[in-house]
Amino acid sequence: MSVELINLWYIVAAALFIFGLKQLGSPATAVRGNLLSAIGMFIAVVVSLFSRDVIEFQWIAVGVVIGSVIGALAAQKVAMTSMPEMVALFNGSGGLASLLVGWAALYGSGNALPAEAVVSGAAASAAVSVSTFTVITILLSVLIGGMTFSGSIIAWGKLAEVMTSRAIVFGAQRLVNAALLVALIACGVMFAMEPSLTSPYLYIVIGLSLLFGVMAVIPIGGADMPVVISLLNSYSGLAACAAGFAINNNILIVAGSLVGAAGIILTNIMCKAMNRSLANVLFSGFGAVKTATKVEGEVKPIVADDAFLILEAASSVTFVPGYGMAVAQAQHVVRELGELLEGNGAEVTYAIHPVAGRMPGHMNVLLAEANVPYDQLVEMDDINPRIDNIDVAVVIGANDVVNPAAREDENSPIYGMPIINVDSARTVFVLKRSMASGFSGVDNPLFFGENTRMLFGDAKESISSVIAEFKG
Amino acid sequence: MEAVFLAFVLMLSIFLGFELISKVPATLHTPLMSGANAISGITLVGALASSGAGGSEMATILGTVAVAFATINVVGGYMVTNRMLSMFKKKPTEPVGDQGGRS
Repeated sequence: MSVELINLWYIVAAALFIFGLKQLGSPATAVRGNLLSAIGMFIAVVVSLFSRDVIEFQWIAVGVVIGSVIGALAAQKVAMTSMPEMVALFNGSGGLASLLVGWAALYGSGNALPAEAVVSGAAASAAVSVSTFTVITILLSVLIGGMTFSGSIIAWGKLAEVMTSRAIVFGAQRLVNAALLVALIACGVMFAMEPSLTSPYLYIVIGLSLLFGVMAVIPIGGADMPVVISLLNSYSGLAACAAGFAINNNILIVAGSLVGAAGIILTNIMCKAMNRSLANVLFSGFGAVKTATKVEGEVKPIVADDAFLILEAASSVTFVPGYGMAVAQAQHVVRELGELLEGNGAEVTYAIHPVAGRMPGHMNVLLAEANVPYDQLVEMDDINPRIDNIDVAVVIGANDVVNPAAREDENSPIYGMPIINVDSARTVFVLKRSMASGFSGVDNPLFFGENTRMLFGDAKESISSVIAEFKG
Repeated sequence: MEAVFLAFVLMLSIFLGFELISKVPATLHTPLMSGANAISGITLVGALASSGAGGSEMATILGTVAVAFATINVVGGYMVTNRMLSMFKKKPTEPVGDQGGRS
């Protein structure tokens, strides 16, 4: 297949990616959108196999089979609660692939480079005579790919709690990171001046980018992982972009930058939802800066019987879920209670904060899994203006995203973060295991509110007993 | 000149990406992210060229490993996105139940 024909097919693939992303804009068309995007990918891959550069198919087959089996198994098996970990791992493997593609591009032969830039006398010496521009893009691909890979692995470790989810900070951290960056650039420049396959600088750059990814993510606490995942997602796109420049391939650049843009937008949304700048998320360990004013007061516990009586009389109920709901696996009983309340004539909604859960939109997926129709899922900005008219707000496993200290207490680490104002609802139920503070370790004055009732115990059991009251 | 054309493509795609993605509702952000993530597995195309190039042994090894990892990204990403998206359902049987029927 000629280069022109291949590129024509790439245009088709790019169009499919674009249509696919467009259709992701509504739950009704999203499945089709994803399929279109997958078809685009399929076309791009098949067409690339026809490229005149591709000679040895057996190795490709080996790689594809191994990758497909692992990918398919992981996608089938993963629980919806651990979706953030899954995305982090997929991201990491994409990043590693970019690193390797960049590295392999140095060997030049798989490269559709203009004639003057093709490896000269590959057998004679290890020196490569690719253009400086190509070397720079190769380095970028290695650098971004490497840090995406190691950063994603650390993010996965924090989310899966195989390592501490706390921010790891030490004294000269910024200095060390700055030194690391300088060393990276220096080695990159040294390599670009004299590119060679055996150059020690190449290996140093690879090593340092991996280290840099680790160093960049460890000072970020578990509560901020949604931001990190979005950002790494963006990096993996940029890494693909850089690899595209390195091997002169349009489709890599188009697809990579679409992903890059997606990641940046989501990162931005997350940061806004926490009222923090990206720099603040990346460079300051959460909770390490300020200590909130201690709140004290008396909580008003209730039992399931009383909760039932209040819920039965309510004409509008909104559930505010957080990651705790997923931990307690309570989403199915929550949906059941929601249906009973609807049957009882109440208007039921599920109000979801943009950073609830551990990645953007995580709660929506969990509720959708429990068969909550998506038209009942409402966003923070939709529910807040009418929360005064809500009879009962049921907070399940959420803490920071409903913490009034974010509005009132200037000393609170989460001060300024937009929250769902459940404290303005007529009655608030807080389902909580005990009186411990949330993921970010911030005290919550909501628990002491005049209209707040605490329903202590396992969320799933508490709701089940309310359901039993309804049925009984 | 080639590089300039590529940069042109890059610039346009980034703007297009911003336009497309900012229209996706918060409800779908998780599938969006994993779907976008699957697209970033496009590096597979680059990996294919490297591993099948018949160049040096090292290039083949690097390329093959890259193919494997990129395929994990692509196959896993699309499948898991599909799995998530198929769970999003509209409220059944109610004809005008959409926005609480407020008039």
